[in-house]
Amino acid sequence: MAKKKTDEVRFAPTGIGDEKDGAIQKGVDLPAPTRKKHKSLGLSEDDLKDMYEQMFLQRRFEERAMQQYQKGKFGGFLHLYIGQEAVSTGTVYALNDDDDIITAYRDHGWGLCRGITPNEGMAELFGKKTGCSKGKGGSMHFAKTENHFWGGYGIVGGHIPIGGGLAFANKYNQNNRISATFFGDGAVDQGSLHETLNIAKLWGLPAIFVVENNGYSMGTAAKRHTVAEIVDRAKGYDIKSKVVNGMDVFSVFEAMKEIAEWVRENSEPYFVEIRTYRYRGHSMSDPQKYRTKEELKEYQENDPIERLKSYLLDEGILDEDGIEEIEEKVEQEVLDAVEFADESDFPDEEALYDDMFAEDEPYFHN
Amino acid sequence: MAELQFREAIKAAIDEEMDREEKVFIMGEEVAEYDGAYKSTEGLLKKYGFKRVIDTPISELGFSGIGVGAAMNGLRPIVEFMTFNFAVLALDQIINHASKAGYMTGGQISMPIVFRGPNASAGQLGATHSVAYDSMYAHFPGLKVIYTSEPDDAKGLLKSAIRDDNPVIFMESEQMYGMKGEVSDEDDYIIPIGKGKIKREGSDVTVVAHGKMYHVAKQAAAQLEKDGVEVELIDPRTVKPLDLPLIVESIKKTNRCVVVDEAHPFGGFASEVGFLIQREAFDYLDAPVQRVTLPDVNAPFSKPLFDAWLPDAKQVIDAVNQVTYRN
Ligand SMILES: Cc1ncc(C[n+]2csc(CCOP(=O)(O)OP(=O)(O)O)c2C)c(N)n1
Ligand SMILES: [Mg+2]
Repeated sequence: MAKKKTDEVRFAPTGIGDEKDGAIQKGVDLPAPTRKKHKSLGLSEDDLKDMYEQMFLQRRFEERAMQQYQKGKFGGFLHLYIGQEAVSTGTVYALNDDDDIITAYRDHGWGLCRGITPNEGMAELFGKKTGCSKGKGGSMHFAKTENHFWGGYGIVGGHIPIGGGLAFANKYNQNNRISATFFGDGAVDQGSLHETLNIAKLWGLPAIFVVENNGYSMGTAAKRHTVAEIVDRAKGYDIKSKVVNGMDVFSVFEAMKEIAEWVRENSEPYFVEIRTYRYRGHSMSDPQKYRTKEELKEYQENDPIERLKSYLLDEGILDEDGIEEIEEKVEQEVLDAVEFADESDFPDEEALYDDMFAEDEPYFHN
Repeated sequence: MAELQFREAIKAAIDEEMDREEKVFIMGEEVAEYDGAYKSTEGLLKKYGFKRVIDTPISELGFSGIGVGAAMNGLRPIVEFMTFNFAVLALDQIINHASKAGYMTGGQISMPIVFRGPNASAGQLGATHSVAYDSMYAHFPGLKVIYTSEPDDAKGLLKSAIRDDNPVIFMESEQMYGMKGEVSDEDDYIIPIGKGKIKREGSDVTVVAHGKMYHVAKQAAAQLEKDGVEVELIDPRTVKPLDLPLIVESIKKTNRCVVVDEAHPFGGFASEVGFLIQREAFDYLDAPVQRVTLPDVNAPFSKPLFDAWLPDAKQVIDAVNQVTYRN
């Protein structure tokens, strides 16, 4: 075989630039959404209204959070979930309330869906003692364990085995609960996923592992950081798998419901790739040169909230007034949350030492 | 002298070494097309191309190990971590392999590799993104550890690190990347690894501080000056090998010492330096060595808690007052 010339040697695939005639490697391809209507999915009209409220709340909560961040009301990272709300909403609807959910740092939507109140969430962002994690965690570490939401985690891939561990405990306790672990396309490249999938299959853990493929890992398009189709990772482990349209809450609900039932029934893991899109930058400082405005627009035209709104209107479940009523209610709730967060106290300085150990008076080295 | 930002000094060092030696290449998350998460590799892709400036997946264990293998096989990799908080995932490669392979094979393997990136906290990023790892790496035989505080040191020492035939941990800080400083424009400016620097002369007390904490100590020194206390401020720059003679000589003059360290107190840089001082300069001490470190607690998010957690100038002043019996 002829040797390649050294100037042709390359390693990482290109996304942008001269090599591609300035073209940009695109995010994700969305599979077709489900055609089923709400009734055949087992959803009532009230469910739909509630789903709409849930999704709208996640959206407005984050839009307001972003404003507060820009005003300098709080610091740290702020990773927005905007665009991906159908994934959290559809899933939470599909799972039992005592099934265990764990996710990465893009966690506000998940927390709100699992019962973190807007007040508790906003206060956490502000680092106040009234926050869901007492101001200790901030944006990346929303949690509400009493509702089986085990939190957001900041080390990419770090929480994937933990999701397996939640399922391990459920199987051990024979409590008929399952776990669902959510992570980004970027996390697929971590060894932790692969080790966990193998063990999960070997030990029959009732766990769903879900990639929220939003097309990008920070500034790197999925096709530039991971090979082949993400969903096919499951094949090597003989784990069942599915690709789902994450811009459509019905599709997420339908798939996750079926999968959850199967996992519960069989005590086996499942691997799901939910394709979605994040509208905002990775965090607050991201010039977003890795994608075009046109691409963003293309996905925004598939907006999950608009989509559900159209369905509600088309089916005559709600009229414009009904929609507005929900939106106004949410709007007020979020504004109240901002006020609540702003007015809440910061933790007392002694709180620095709280929550480190199980003992009331633990030892601290000095 | 030229005034450069810290990130520009880092980039200049990498650029010069890549230019000088074809075997040097850099890889890490977002180093190429994104121009670096903190822009410390800006423009390098354009200059050196896809062969030598390489974006990696988020696979710290994998790409670090690939760096180790490449180094064994004759290349000189620079492996960038977005922060050393993520290098925890790669510890097997750094500690079990990079630091040991040469020894285990009776010297058959050489390991010219640099692991670099920001270390320690960078504001309210929470418990998993805020740890100072320099003393942890220094614990292990076979690694050299550098944690610089100013652009000039960064440039000269990074160039040395890249030329070094051993694995070198080279640390920076997100919060220092924008900081400006005079950098020597001497051709091929090199600072030897293991040489500290007296950055401020004084006769009353020796303060040892490196990395981000150097700036905290510097601030304290400026305030103490107003109170008539002259601090001799030593930046060891290299954590290991440590420039102990420089510290000891200073203590012979001041007879007092405070060590400032952005790590937790147990088994950190401060405890090691404190031990060495009592062994090497016991007879010269007029007061026990004091240290300023993080508390034995994880990083909190909340702003006031975070501010209380991170060592500040006031704590350094208090420690100086203690060793000078001024309180
Ligand atoms: C182990 C580790 N490496 C790197 C990072 C820095 N980092 C945070 S998020 C991120 C991108 C992750 O992308 P993806 O998994 O697709 O999730 P998304 O942000 O799209 O939700 C990176 C590189 C980290 N937090 N942890
Ligand atoms: Mg992603």
